[in-house]
Parts: sequence; C-alpha cells; structure tokens
Amino acid sequence: MALKITKTPKCYVGGAFIRSESGRVYEIRSSSGEFFANIPRCTRKDLRNAVEAAAKAGAGWAKRTPYNRAQILYRLAEMLEARAPEMAEVTSDKEVRATIDRIVHFAGWADKYEQVLGSVNPVASPHFNFTVTESMGVVGILAPEEAPLLALMTLILPAITGGNSVVALGSYSAPYPSILLGEMLATSDLPGGVVNLLAGERKEMISTFATHEYLRAVAAVASQAEAVTLQQGAAESVKRVKIHDPKTDWFSGMHDSPYAIRDFVEAKTVWHPIGS
Amino acid sequence: MPAKKAPARPRELLFGDLWEYDPAPESAEPYIDSRYGLFIDGKFTAPKSKKYFDAIAPRNGEKLSEIALANAADVDAAYAAAAKAFPSWSKLPGKERGKYLFRIARLLQDRAREFAVAETLDGGKPIKESRDFDLPMAAAHFFYHAGWADKLSYVTPGRTLLPLGVIGQVIPWNFPLLMLAWKIAPALATGNTVVLKPAETTSITALKFATILQQAGLPPGVVNIVTGAGETGAAVVNHATAAKIAFTGSTEVGKIIQRALAGTGKKLTLELGGKAANIVFEDAPLDQAVEGIVNGIFFNQGHVCCAGSRLLVQESVADLVIAKLKRRLQVLRVGDPLDKNTDVGAINSAEQLAKIKGLVASGVKEGAELHQPVCKLPGKGFYFPPSLFTNVTQSHRIAREEIFGPVLSILTFRTPEEAIEKANNTPYGLSAGVWTDKGSRILKMASELKAGVVWANTYNRFDPSSPFGGYKQSGFGREGGKHGLLDYAHLG
Repeated sequence: MALKITKTPKCYVGGAFIRSESGRVYEIRSSSGEFFANIPRCTRKDLRNAVEAAAKAGAGWAKRTPYNRAQILYRLAEMLEARAPEMAEVTSDKEVRATIDRIVHFAGWADKYEQVLGSVNPVASPHFNFTVTESMGVVGILAPEEAPLLALMTLILPAITGGNSVVALGSYSAPYPSILLGEMLATSDLPGGVVNLLAGERKEMISTFATHEYLRAVAAVASQAEAVTLQQGAAESVKRVKIHDPKTDWFSGMHDSPYAIRDFVEAKTVWHPIGS
Repeated sequence: MPAKKAPARPRELLFGDLWEYDPAPESAEPYIDSRYGLFIDGKFTAPKSKKYFDAIAPRNGEKLSEIALANAADVDAAYAAAAKAFPSWSKLPGKERGKYLFRIARLLQDRAREFAVAETLDGGKPIKESRDFDLPMAAAHFFYHAGWADKLSYVTPGRTLLPLGVIGQVIPWNFPLLMLAWKIAPALATGNTVVLKPAETTSITALKFATILQQAGLPPGVVNIVTGAGETGAAVVNHATAAKIAFTGSTEVGKIIQRALAGTGKKLTLELGGKAANIVFEDAPLDQAVEGIVNGIFFNQGHVCCAGSRLLVQESVADLVIAKLKRRLQVLRVGDPLDKNTDVGAINSAEQLAKIKGLVASGVKEGAELHQPVCKLPGKGFYFPPSLFTNVTQSHRIAREEIFGPVLSILTFRTPEEAIEKANNTPYGLSAGVWTDKGSRILKMASELKAGVVWANTYNRFDPSSPFGGYKQSGFGREGGKHGLLDYAHLG
C-alpha cells in the first residue's frame, strides 16, 4: 500500500501559507490518540506581521463594491461545500452545514446592510443629511475552543462583510479547521491579507491583540480575566471591544443578523445645505 | 476708447469707536436658588456628605449658588432609587413613556428663557447662543425621542430593543443642559432609568431641570441627579448597579473610564475630544466659508468637541482667506455673555482659561504667528480674545492638541490628497468641514475623511435625528437618530 503524503499545516496570512516566524510548533493528535500534525505556534511577532498584512489589504477590500464582496463570500461557501466531507472529519456535518448557511447569509447582507443601518435624517433645517457606515479597518478576533469552525466564522463574517480586514486566532485544541479554512479562503477570490488566521496560545498573544493600535476593534469570546486584559489594553487607543459570552449557542439563528455588522462599522453623518 | 477701469476695491465703513453698541442686557429672571440639594427619588435632599461647593459665574467671577457635593453614599442612594424605579418604568407601554418625554419637552419650551439666562450665568456662553441654540435644541431632543418610545420595533427590524437597566451618565460643562438632554432623552425613551452627574462648574441648569421633572410628574427615581466633581464622577462610573456608562468629556478621562470598566460587563459609550480640520478649497464661496470658519471655532468660545480648530486652506487662496478672517475677527464682540450683542462670551473657568493661555504661549514659542483683534476685555471674570495662528505646522502643539478655546490654527495645502492626509493625521476623528463648490469633490472628501460628522459647505449643525459621535480616539457610540437608541438597549 502506498504511503500517504501527510500535509504540513500552515497558517493563512497575507494570502500566503506560513510557518510561525519563531519556528515553533505544537502537536495535535487524532481522536484515537495517534500523531496527526504539527501546528505552527504563532507569536506576538506573527500577530504584528499579520496586522501589517491586513492593513495593506484593508483599503482595497473596503473599496470593493458590496456586490463584489458578496460574490467573494458566496464563493467561499462554494469552496467549503466542495470540501465539506473533509472539513466534517475534523468538526461535524452539523457544524459544516451551519457554517455554509451562515456564509451564504452574510454574503447576502453585503449589499443590503447599508439600507438597514444607514439613514437619511429629517433635520429641522435646510440641509440634506445622511448617515452611512464605514468599515473600521483592521479588526482582531479571538475565537473560542468549541465550535472551531462555526464560532470562528460567526465572528469573522460580520467583520469582513462590513469591509474590514481581520486577524483571527482560532481554537488552540482544534486548530485544523482553521488550517483548512485558510485554503478555502485562498481559492475564494478573497484578496490576500483580508483574512489572516493564526494558531497558537491565546495567552501569548492576547495583550498584543489588546494594545496594537492598528487593530481598531477586537471581538472575543473571553473569560472575565481575559476581558479585563483586553479592555484595559484597548483603552490607550480607545479601541472598540466586543466580548462574547463563552456560553453562546453558535448554532442559534440570532447570529444571522446585520446588527452584528454594526459592531465593526463606524457611522458617518454628512450635512450639506439645500439651496440654489 | 476709454481704458478699462480697474475694479474698485470694496469700500468698508470703519467707525472705529464712534459707533459703539449700547448695552443690551437680557433681563429675564433665571430663578437660581441660593443652595441646591441632590435630586434623588423625585425629591431634593441634603447630601449625606454635608458638604457644598460654590457655583461661580464666569462673566464676573461672583458666586451664584451653593451646590451639594455627593459622596459615595449619596451616589449609592441615587442608584438604589433608579434601580427601584426601573421595573415599572421599563414595563410602561412605550406610548406612556413617550408622553412623559413630550411633557418635559413642552415644559422646557415654556421655561426656555429662564433656563437660557441660568445657563449663560453658570457657564459663560452668550445669551444669544443659550437662547437660540441650547434651549431650543434641548427641547427638540426630548420631543424627538418622545416619539420613538412606542416605535422601538422599527429601530432594529427583526429584533426587539430591550432596556439595559440603570444608566450612569457623566456630562461636560460646554453645553450643560443640551448634553443632559442628549443623555436622558434616549435613555428614558428606551425604558432605562438614570443617574446623571453634571460637570462641577455647571450644575445649575441640571438641578433646575429636576423641577421640570417634578412638574411633568415623572415617576420618582427614573432620573436622579448627583452633583460633584471627579470623585463623584468616579463613584457614578464604578457603581456596580450601572448596566451602562455614558460619558462625554476629555479623551484623557474617557480612557480612564474605559480602563476602569474593564471586565465589569458594563456597556460603555464615549464622546471625547476632537481637533477637526475645516478644509477650504479655492473654488469655495469664500465669504460663506469665512462665516463657517468663524462659527466653527468661535461658537461657544471654541468650547466644542467638534470645533473646527484647524483651518486647512488651499494655498492659492490662503492669503485672501486669512485677510478676510482677520477683518471678520475685528468685528466680533467679546464681552458680557448676558449682553444680547455679545458674540464671544466668557471662558467657562479660571482653570480652562489657564489651559488656553498655556497652549497659546506654546504656539508662539514653537514659532507660529499669533494674531488677535484689538478688543477690550471685561476687567473681572474669565475672558480670552478670538485668536488665530498662521505659519502653523503639523508638529506644533497647537495643531495637535485640543485647545478647547477660541483659537484657530491655520495650515495650508495644495491638493485634495494632501488635505485628506493632513486632516486625518490626528488620533482624533470627531468631525470635519469641507468647503468647495464641486459636488463630486464634496462626496469624495466626505468618504475619505475619518470623522463621524462631516459638514460640507456648513459647520456646527446639529439635530436630534442626526447621529453624532466619533472615530478613533474621539470615542465610540453615537447620540441622536435611531443609531443613538441602539446604544441604550440590547437586542432580543
């Protein structure tokens, strides 16, 4: 019997597949206890490099038309669907199906959420006044240990649908879905650097997620102690921090919401006199 | 053929001091009590601290009243009252809650003149502004939000807006009553109850507002007002009962609050400082732009977070605009805020006056050129003439730091891209102004400027339906419009 060519898992950062700059890895094993793979153990420097990649890619992504972003997100669903059995092996059928549906849902929001979140405002003076949303820029995401695909995507989707670029740290104990996800993102026409997926220990990177000034917002599933670290570090640059309850039901339809996009966009209001 | 005559220079009538305005003091009675207690659970009560501090009139430095100093026990009592009132207030049908807010709006309109005089006396702003801007805008804010109370299901289609609980609110001294309206109206419309602390230099209109709440029959405990300074503010912000804190003030204090709230699970909105760029292109209607620049920085003596404190003027028209500005400054009337002819009133406090003087001195020291009109300032009270700096560079403190006074820093640019880069080169991001006749340029500038409010061919426009708030270190969250309601609720 021919020997299988095992895969070297690498992290999807800046549109490329990288090892950690530290060269470190950690082992993951299959459910039967056998060696499965060595996963890059990312560092603060990897995080800073990823933020740089996200910043470079960010302006271009924000300037894409909403329709174009929608099509790219839909293609991500196509890529995941095509490799659903492979992904289901390291998560579950239920989780893969729910993730595909959620991606399709947010793809549909890309060119519509503005009509829900924006407005023309009826001011009491002769001015035309409107409020539009604008992406914040680069956003940090800290995904939980459970639902390593669905929770990660539930956090990422509203951010990128809203035109932001993202640096996300996935589950430590179950990093492989995020490795596969990187390959699917790479083939979905998503510009490199819009989504960057790191693996490794949260405690080594959390304070950089909190304090890096290019990250304009952070969304995290966090314990109370981690929330303190994030929110205190965020204060120096008045970063927006959204903490999600660890007990969140990631399968709930409540997450299919344009109001999740609101967490990652600014509202800009413009005035102009009406007159001839 | 006769030679073409050169266009005549516009003629100016220069009266010098031949045509002074007669004094025109506003004479309506402000009804300021000699001493105020705290407003807790629907009544005025003496502070448990047993301490009071003086309210000083910036126009002449004299004492106006004595204000109660709330200590931790007083703040605790206020939160207890708000928590007690919350269940029945939040369960009231929206249209009944709305009716209270409508009453408050109407009562504020009834007593607008009385409140305007009190606001001018306590804060120092010209009576023209408190009468024509602060009071009507505050009443409008209550009236607008009254109408939302029973329509919340339209704010987030598909989800329900649910109240948070008790909201702790800390407001600044630059628009005391208006900032109170911006905080209380949306909080009540969405079914929350409130503990609010006005700024220590401007407590009077907040306490008078409590009498409006009594006249409106608002259930006791729905709104509680605790007065004091930094320690009282800290007690309000750190109290365990607060489900959310709303703060408007300096970026420095906003960061302290964000740190203090870390890990507490409390929601937070911050409306902080700014260093807005007011950008004037060569094709702008220049006389209108000059009015807009003057309004942008001298309205309310520059005590405005969204003040257009940096003028970015296109090089080709810089000399002309600066000349027009200097001429305009000369006819601004600085003086007693109670006088109806006054354009630029008093600086809010001795402390703020010292800050302004310090930053202006730094501007001179760092090499910028200061210009101030010839004007006679009143002998007593806190006053500063409207000022402008030319030859300012990006690295000067007066180009980077918020002065919060009537001081304009003028820089130039050549291309729209340069204007954008300079305008966005600040940790702040609250507001910006753009003056140009070209429509596509307006929209381009508006989309590139990192500011929560962009005024195009106008400045300092506000409306209860128009969301206000900043990017970056100017804070997060919005006030006004349906967007502002979202920050006072959670989604069900």
